[in-house]
Amino acid sequence: MKSAVVLAPGLNRDRDMITALAQVSGQAPQTLWQTETTLPDGLDLIVIPGGFSFGDYLRCGAIAARMPVMRAVADAAERGVMVMGVCNGFQILVEAGLLPGALMRNTSLKFVSREVKLEVANANTAFTRRFEPNQVIRCPVAHHDGNYFADGETLARLEGEGQVAFRYAEGTNPNGSMNDIAGIVNDKGNVLGLMPHPENLIEAAHGGEDGRAIFESALAKVA
Amino acid sequence: MIKARVTVTLKNGVLDPQGKAIEGALGTLGFAGVSGVRQGKVFDLEVEGEDKAKAEADIKAMCERLLANTVIENYSIAVN
Repeated sequence: MKSAVVLAPGLNRDRDMITALAQVSGQAPQTLWQTETTLPDGLDLIVIPGGFSFGDYLRCGAIAARMPVMRAVADAAERGVMVMGVCNGFQILVEAGLLPGALMRNTSLKFVSREVKLEVANANTAFTRRFEPNQVIRCPVAHHDGNYFADGETLARLEGEGQVAFRYAEGTNPNGSMNDIAGIVNDKGNVLGLMPHPENLIEAAHGGEDGRAIFESALAKVA
Repeated sequence: MIKARVTVTLKNGVLDPQGKAIEGALGTLGFAGVSGVRQGKVFDLEVEGEDKAKAEADIKAMCERLLANTVIENYSIAVN
């Protein structure tokens, strides 16, 4: 199993993500600086962590989505390499066109940093197969722009094709996102974006291991 | 040198919580009867050359690739 974490100015959850990947896979991930144009051979999973890339100027994730390394990430995704974006990483993936829709300002207009409940809306994806169908887990969120939006046709397709991977459950939607969407996969199922931070709930010292199964699922292929 | 202004606005039907908050604040200030407030962005650009048609085509490409997120936003270009 070979994983890598993308690094860019303003991304600040990279250490947490590196720790989570190393703990679950037993192997430290490589790091990819934003100016790199080629990727190491044989990567199975590329993770874009959270933060405030490039100050979130213009739109959240907009500048980072155009950084050189993202062209290589898009090529890798096209070849079937798994790609996961968390929080700002999710925003970067939608801005890069690797996932449909957009992430808008929270309806409350407030930055939310709290724990929510997540329902595993599709336990058959490469990122969720270690969960039970409709399992509800705890997960922290910390964002200002997590309000998922897609036009009606796109939303119907996401729902119809099982591309909604995670939904906020039990009335804990923190941002007003459509259909309580917290995370989606692309049509091929190898790209996941989610607003919550599973990397911050993977060991007892975090207060729980609810997020661990996402990493176990994603790393299962070769672990 | 060609000067241009790009205006980016949210598409109809896209929720604009900031516009709603601004509308509420206008009401608080006593401006009655204001509705439909939508927040957008304006970009002023200076483009080298004298060919306005080429500049406009280039700026359209800039809008499509960066300045606007066409999933949620419309844009208009005014070249002087």
